[in-house]
Amino acid sequence: MQAKLAADAIPRSEKRNSWIRTIQKYKVMYILLFPALLYFAVFKYIPMAGIIIAFKNYNLALGLWDSPWVGLKNFTDFINGVYFWDIMRNTIVISLYKLLFGFSAPIVLALLLNEVYTQWFKKIVQTITYLPHFLSWVIVYGLMVALLAPGDGLFNMILKENGVQPISFLTEPAWGRLLVISSEIWKDIGWGAILYLAALAGIDPSLYEAARMDGASKWRQLWHVTLPGIRGVIILMLILKLSHILDAGFDQIFMFANSFNQEKIDIIDTWVYREGLERLKIGLATAVGLFKAVIGFVLVLAANKIAKKFDGQIW
Amino acid sequence: MIKLTIGEKVWQVAVYTILILLSLVCLLPFLYVVAVSVTPESEVLRRGIVILPETFTFAAYKEVFISHGIGQAYKITLFRTIVGTALNVLFTVLAAYPLSKKYLPGRSPFLIFIVFTMMFSGGLIPTYLLVRSMGLLNSPWVLIIPHLISAFNLVIIKGFFEQLPAEIEESSRVDGASELQSLWRIILPLSLPVLATISLFYAVGHWNSYFDAIVYLNDSSLMPLQVVLRNILLNVATQSADSMANSGAVSQFAVQMAAVVVTTVPILIVYPFMQKHFTKGVLLGSIKG
Repeated sequence: MQAKLAADAIPRSEKRNSWIRTIQKYKVMYILLFPALLYFAVFKYIPMAGIIIAFKNYNLALGLWDSPWVGLKNFTDFINGVYFWDIMRNTIVISLYKLLFGFSAPIVLALLLNEVYTQWFKKIVQTITYLPHFLSWVIVYGLMVALLAPGDGLFNMILKENGVQPISFLTEPAWGRLLVISSEIWKDIGWGAILYLAALAGIDPSLYEAARMDGASKWRQLWHVTLPGIRGVIILMLILKLSHILDAGFDQIFMFANSFNQEKIDIIDTWVYREGLERLKIGLATAVGLFKAVIGFVLVLAANKIAKKFDGQIW
Repeated sequence: MIKLTIGEKVWQVAVYTILILLSLVCLLPFLYVVAVSVTPESEVLRRGIVILPETFTFAAYKEVFISHGIGQAYKITLFRTIVGTALNVLFTVLAAYPLSKKYLPGRSPFLIFIVFTMMFSGGLIPTYLLVRSMGLLNSPWVLIIPHLISAFNLVIIKGFFEQLPAEIEESSRVDGASELQSLWRIILPLSLPVLATISLFYAVGHWNSYFDAIVYLNDSSLMPLQVVLRNILLNVATQSADSMANSGAVSQFAVQMAAVVVTTVPILIVYPFMQKHFTKGVLLGSIKG
C-alpha cells in the first residue's frame, strides 16, 4: 500500500528503481522460477509458434523460413481429403463409446464397493482393480496377444478345441473398436472408481438412517441418497471428459492399430503421426494438429466455465 | 448389525460375486502369461491349453535376455526413470515454491503462462521439429528433457505448499534462514507425502512411455524396455531373428510372453508399496482440477 502511494507520487526514473528493488528483494524466488519458465518457453511456446508451419508447404530441406506460404491450403486439403470423415468418425465414435462405457463402469464399481462391509475384501478388490492402471499400453497389448493371438492365444485355442475357426481378433477391423474400448475399461475401471469412492465416503450416514426409518428400499436409497450425493463429482467428471472428446487415446491406439484394422480405429493423432513423420507431409500434419488443438482449447475453456457454474450450485 | 432381509442377502451375494469375477478378470491374464512363458513347447504340443504347467523351462527368458537385448533396454529404462524422475521432481519443486507465494510480484502472469500450456499445445510435429533442431535426436536425454516439468504436477505441488501454515516458515525466516534454507528444512519435510505421490506419477510415466523413444530415437541400443517389448510383440525382426529360428525349443509365443513378464514384474513389485500414495494423488489432483 505504501509502496504504491509512493510510486504514484514520484517520477519515472524512481519508478524504475522500485522495479529493480522489487526484483532484488525477491531475487532468489525469481532465480528458482527461472528454469521452469525457460522450460515452458522453449518446449511449449516455441512449438506453439511453430504452428505457422500449418500455413506453409513445409520442406525439411528448405526449413521454416524458406518454405513457401500456402495460406489455408493445408486445412482445405484436410477437410476435403478422403480420409477426413474416416478419422473424424473414428475419433469421435471411439471417444463417445469410451465415454458411455468407460465413464459409467467406474461409477458402478464404486457403488458396488460401497455395498461391501468386509474391509479386507474391499481392500483386496481395490488393490487388484487399481493395478492395470499402472501398466503401459504395450503391456496391455501383450496381455491381449496372450488371450487373442490367432495361433496360440487362449481364446483361439479354446475355439480350436471346439472345432471353431480361429478369429484374428487383433487384426480384424470388426473387432478393433471393441478391443480398444474394452481394454480401456479393463485398465481404468478401478482407478476411475477412486474419486467416486471418496465422494461416497463423504455422504452423511444419517441420511441413510433416515431413509431406512422411512422404510426406503435399497433401490430407493440408491436413488434418493447415494446418487444425489455423488452427482456433483459425476457431472464434473463428465464435463471434463467431454472436453477431451478429440483425445481418443493416442498411446493405446498407436499400439493397437495395424494396417489391417486401421480403417476402424485410425484417429486424428495417429493419422498426424503417420502423415507428418512417416510420409513427411509436415505442413498438412501440423495443420491437422492445430485444428485439433484449437477445438480442444475451446472445449476445455467451455468445460471450465460450465464446471464453475456447477461448482457454485452443487458443492 | 441390522438383520438382513432375504432380498438384501441376495443383493449382498450378488455384489460379492460380481466383485470377485471382476478381480479375476483383472488377474487371470497375468497368470496365463506367466504359465505360457514357462511351459516347454513339447508340453503345449502334447496338452493343448496349459494353465498349470507340469514341466518348467526358462528358455524363453534366456532368449529374451540374450538375443533381444532386454538387459540393455532395462538400463535405458532405469536411466530415464531414475534420473528423469529426480530431475522432474527437482525442477517442479523449485518452480512450485515461488509460485506458492501469494506476495510474489508477477506470480499470476507466470501461473497463467504455465497453466495455458495444459490447454493448448503446438502439437506433435512442431515439437518434433524443435527437438530435432536442438540436436537432441538420438540422445538418451531426449527421453527426459522435453518432459522435464508437468504443469499438472506443478499445480498440485503449488497447491500443497499454499495450504501449509505460513507461520511455520515465517518463524524460520525471522531466525535468519534464507528462502532456500526454509524450502529445504521446513517446507520439503512437511511435503513428503505429496512429493512421494508426484515422484511416483513421474516415475510410472517414464517407465511406461514408449512413443517418445520411437519418434526421437533411431539407435536400437537406446530403446527402452517398452519399445523392445513392443517390437517383440509386433514380431518386428530384431537382431535375433535368426537365432530364434534355430532354437526350436522355444516358441515365438513363449518368448513374447516372457518379455511381457519381464517388463511387468518391476511394476508388480513396487505397486503394493505405492498404491496408497497414488490413491492420494488422484484426490489431490481433483481438488485442484
